[in-house]
Amino acid sequence: MLTKRIIPCLDIKDGRTVKGVNFVNIRDAGDPVELGSAYAQQGADELVFLDISATNEERKTFASLVRDIAKHINIPFTVGGGISAVADVAPLLEAGADKVSVNSAAVRNPGLIDELSKAFGAQCIVLAIDARRVDDQWTVHTHGGKKATEKKLFEWAKEGQDRGAGEILFTSMDHDGTKSGFAIDPLARLNAILSIPVIASGGAGNKEHFIGAFKEGKADAALAASIFHFGEVKIPELKSFLKQQAIHIR
Amino acid sequence: MIAIVDYQAGNIGSIQNMLKKLDAESTITSDPDVVRKASKIILPGVGAFDFGVSKLKSSGITEVLHERKTAGTPVLGICLGAQLMCLDSQEGVLPGLGWVQANVIKFPFHVGERKFPVPHIGWDRVSPAKTSCLFDNMPDDARFYFVHSFYIKCRRESDRLVTNTYGISFDSAFEVENVVGVQFHPEKSHKFGFTLLKNFVDNF
Repeated sequence: MLTKRIIPCLDIKDGRTVKGVNFVNIRDAGDPVELGSAYAQQGADELVFLDISATNEERKTFASLVRDIAKHINIPFTVGGGISAVADVAPLLEAGADKVSVNSAAVRNPGLIDELSKAFGAQCIVLAIDARRVDDQWTVHTHGGKKATEKKLFEWAKEGQDRGAGEILFTSMDHDGTKSGFAIDPLARLNAILSIPVIASGGAGNKEHFIGAFKEGKADAALAASIFHFGEVKIPELKSFLKQQAIHIR
Repeated sequence: MIAIVDYQAGNIGSIQNMLKKLDAESTITSDPDVVRKASKIILPGVGAFDFGVSKLKSSGITEVLHERKTAGTPVLGICLGAQLMCLDSQEGVLPGLGWVQANVIKFPFHVGERKFPVPHIGWDRVSPAKTSCLFDNMPDDARFYFVHSFYIKCRRESDRLVTNTYGISFDSAFEVENVVGVQFHPEKSHKFGFTLLKNFVDNF
């Protein structure tokens, strides 16, 4: 039985973890390698590193950071942020990343998904989708959720799958940061219409919220950032709690 | 010296990183002569079956692999590397190395009423089909990281090393004399993968 995955997400700027990190037993909370290793040690199933750099100079730092992460972390990890061409991906995979995630650039140019999938295989392409409800329709947003697009979540996810994405990472902008739980209904709907795994993101506030994502939302994996960084939910405790709830967890 | 065969099929640095932690000397190489002289060989890889078969052939490594396999050099195939050791694959039209009587088959997405998302991605427990030194000192709760859309099915019961179920049952590892193939990624499977690689380096 395949286990549901727990995935901490780290935002990286200029080679450092940003967004508040308040993590016990870490000498330097800003060091992504150290933080990632600690999560791996605690039983995280995968890690996501998002490059939120604004400049090309900072992006170069990110590629060398990926090499360092690969050297020290022996669980799978995904990197994303600012990927808009096949040429952006090759150096990241070469540096040791297992998967890449694409978001805004794929909305602008959907053919990018086909190109990446053909070049590197579906298993390493994650289509990240940020969406929020607008007039009762789940509408895709780009640029960190700031810009509304014409695309609708379910159609876009299906199109992404058909174009060769290996996983969908769905973030509900309505739930992100609220700590009120994951967006269960759209997750369940995604699961019903897709044949690739879905990663739930946005809204995790406590251990119980993960049950909703996995049981009712039928997500294959759940991603969270601040609750892990601030130690509000600890991965070993979360995992033993979910096991008690009869959810298959590593 | 362990040769990690580089045929441009995916990320192999992490295998060498783990071997470094084991204090095992290794080299990432696409040079047939280096592969020929190696004490053990690791055939890694992710990607498409035919691409892998063609790349091995065009780099002159296929012949050396057959030669070393016959000579008794221990060879470990990982993911696509393991699939390449089979007879054929539904993913392509080219024949594999044919070292194990096994076929590579596409996962069904529906089994009865239930859905099984493909690729099969994530951590899974494995069930032993026979004993092997590769699983020496392996904790009972061992789980390994999988990411694949095609699975291996052995024709001979005796070749099966460990099996898994994902809608259908498949062979997640096989062992035939000096050849072993694993569908999962030991280099990404934390301490469990570390134990398996250590057993390959020290005992296999």
